[in-house]
Amino acid sequence: MNALPLILTVFVACAVEAVEALTIVLAAGLTREWKSTFQGMAVALLVLAVVTAAVGPAIAFLPLTALRLVVGALLAIFGLQWLRKAVLRATGYKALHDEASAYLREVAAAKAAPKTAKRGVNDWYAFTLSFKGVLLEGLEVVFIVITFGDNQHNLGAAAIGAAAAIAVVTLTGIAVRAPLAKVPENWMKFAVGVMLTSFGTFWGAEGAGVNWPGNDGALLVLVPVVALVSAGYVLWLRSRGPAAAAPAPQTEVVGS
Amino acid sequence: MNRIKAFGAFWYDFVIGDDWHVAALVVAGLGLTALLVHAAGVNAWWLLPLVVFAALGWSLHRATRSRT
Repeated sequence: MNALPLILTVFVACAVEAVEALTIVLAAGLTREWKSTFQGMAVALLVLAVVTAAVGPAIAFLPLTALRLVVGALLAIFGLQWLRKAVLRATGYKALHDEASAYLREVAAAKAAPKTAKRGVNDWYAFTLSFKGVLLEGLEVVFIVITFGDNQHNLGAAAIGAAAAIAVVTLTGIAVRAPLAKVPENWMKFAVGVMLTSFGTFWGAEGAGVNWPGNDGALLVLVPVVALVSAGYVLWLRSRGPAAAAPAPQTEVVGS
Repeated sequence: MNRIKAFGAFWYDFVIGDDWHVAALVVAGLGLTALLVHAAGVNAWWLLPLVVFAALGWSLHRATRSRT
């Protein structure tokens, strides 16, 4: 398989995670203290490196068929979660996950929290907020890179896609120093949902023993078909009339 | 105990999400595909996409039926 679709898929998926992590880091740094925020980020990156080093090589020893079945099922379920929420948001049945309001909620909570210093960290609230955000979003990035890279036997291309996404989002964050509210997040999530669902369906069925017509080429049909069907669901829900959007939840599962 | 509960809740939300029916349908679709391939010798590549589309449509219908 050409590496470009793999790089682009991983890039978009990881960019969404990076935007979410950046929002949390900015909220902690701008409202509390940058030093503790960077300490939290550094410890999270260290933990991520250890987890990746421990889990990454172990995946290579798993039987590929079983790996495809399990990873395919997980990706398809993951992708359907994203698609479901993206379709509901696009049709007004669910409030848009607005990074600006998520940012404001984090800022309000950060300002209200008391400042405590111990063990070389000036502000444990900023440290914990930054640590949690970077670790959780980072775990999703690692999951995406390892599963996509291992299944396509091209971990390098997947890593390039992820690194590019993180670099682009970080540089943009430094440049604008504000949440990336202008990124059309819901449509990015829609696209990621389509990709995850397509790859998950492809690998899951392969793991179950299916031979796809055209082998890897089937993905070139499967991805647009999943996108078209999902777009069809958006049109179907819109045709049923306007909906009153539910209020955005105070907390939401990372990456959803 | 609360930490274990929170840990479990996090992973449930992370993997299963808002609608467990979707996860159950995907797993059932994969099981049925494997059964057709290995027991009946049918190359059922078409089954999982159909299950996935049906699961998404059904989940969306369930999520929106009370709000139209």
